[in-house]
Amino acid sequence: MPEWKKPLPTISGETKVFWDGCKKGELIIQKCDTCNDYQFYPRGICSNCWTTDIKWVHSTGRGKVWTYTITYQNRTPGFAEDVPYVLALVELDEGVKMFTNIIECDPKEVKIGMDVEVTFVKANNFITIPYFKPVS
Amino acid sequence: MVNLNHGAAIVGIHEHQTRYAPDKSELQIQGESVIKALEDAGLTKNDVEGLFTASSTIRNSGLNLADYLDMYPKYVDNTTVGGGSFEFHLSHALTAIAAGRIKCAVITYSSLAKSGGISVGTGGVARFGHPRLDPSPDSFEEIYGLTTVGLYAMIARRHMELFGTTSEQLAEVAVAMRRHAGLNPEAQFRDPITVSDVVNSRVISDPLHLPDCCVITDGGGAVVIASPELAKDCKQTPVWILGVGEALAHQGAGKRDLMYIAAKQSHGPAFEMAGVKHSDIDMAMVYDSFTITVIETLEDLGFCEKGEGGQFVSNGRIQLGGELPLNTDGGGLSSNHPGMRGIFLLLEATRQLRHEFEGTERQVPNCNIALCHGTGGALGSRHSGGTVILGRN
Repeated sequence: MPEWKKPLPTISGETKVFWDGCKKGELIIQKCDTCNDYQFYPRGICSNCWTTDIKWVHSTGRGKVWTYTITYQNRTPGFAEDVPYVLALVELDEGVKMFTNIIECDPKEVKIGMDVEVTFVKANNFITIPYFKPVS
Repeated sequence: MVNLNHGAAIVGIHEHQTRYAPDKSELQIQGESVIKALEDAGLTKNDVEGLFTASSTIRNSGLNLADYLDMYPKYVDNTTVGGGSFEFHLSHALTAIAAGRIKCAVITYSSLAKSGGISVGTGGVARFGHPRLDPSPDSFEEIYGLTTVGLYAMIARRHMELFGTTSEQLAEVAVAMRRHAGLNPEAQFRDPITVSDVVNSRVISDPLHLPDCCVITDGGGAVVIASPELAKDCKQTPVWILGVGEALAHQGAGKRDLMYIAAKQSHGPAFEMAGVKHSDIDMAMVYDSFTITVIETLEDLGFCEKGEGGQFVSNGRIQLGGELPLNTDGGGLSSNHPGMRGIFLLLEATRQLRHEFEGTERQVPNCNIALCHGTGGALGSRHSGGTVILGRN
């Protein structure tokens, strides 16, 4: 496996379920048992009603591109050699937005509203990162 | 609530002329600016009771600055919410003065973003070295190669999609700022540019071209704020604080509509406190980190409807001589942007309200009321908005 030059996430007790899911190829998000709100990024309390009745639930892994940009300049190692790449916000079927890259397509093909689905890339033996690609 | 309208005034200002200062320290630029601003006010070191500052680079910024200048302030505020921090400082200083805690405060800022080679907009997370990411939110964001430009470009892209805003309309903002910079001898870039120059230049993060992005400079400045009693004894015509409003905007756990920015929340309280209408505003200083920032801010401040910002900035409306002259110093897009720019909004608005440019093209005629709106952070993730309304009377 080539060395992963991009920044890697730091996994904490609060977010471990999410990252463990990624390793298994599952996109797991949170839903509150008290107010029924979904939330992203994962956290130890429901940001809406401030209870701790958080459930981890499987996302459909599908959504739409809410917005995006084709990035042509970034000094960060790993991204500096990856330009142009697509930075996007994807709105999942569950109604929460997450940052991602749209991969496995020509950046110029990406459009707002485009249907996308999650795909996973193994960064190293401990960390797998979720990305999105056009629905085939 | 206590009526804060006219509760304090800006009585002294200084903008450090430098745009490149590799031989100075940040604290030195702040110190030089504070001394000059107090001279401008006709006040001295012993008058200053409150110290307000923010920094991306100076550790414990207020403490280190007090040490550097050998000051013993009894009121300290290092609120740091990105480039708009200084509008928040002014709001807090007003409150502290109106409550009688202090009579005089100094707000100051400096940065060596240029000589330090900091890629403010395109460095991504590498501009902080290559750190261990915080578990959240960074670990869910920085792994995808966010840049500051990118976070604004995403909002510009959706603005275009929803409202039909064009690259040419974004470019109108850059063209207006450059024209104003041509009237400011200290501005970083002064040669006129055209809409065609902007849309045919290099794309940094689609749809934003290089001239859609603010310049990177060194620089700094200071603002002195005084109680009404103290202001009477100062050298300069006081510039009164009429109204202030503060707000934060963020992802809302993934559910917020990011097309509405903090200005939408902060402007109402400021206008209400000031007791003025939009049509009363003679000029505005709107944080112009990127051209899209200006369009979104004008919409959410209520100067036009949502989605109409692109049309609003066209046809010279935001240029000197237009209906709402903006950023008459050339703004962050052409004059200076040392990492954070909020303090410079207060400085130029004060110069305009003092009629410092009387008899020249740069002066907004009969300038009596000005609005400043600082935006800090990034529209696409999380940001602050501070609205300040200032008046000559």
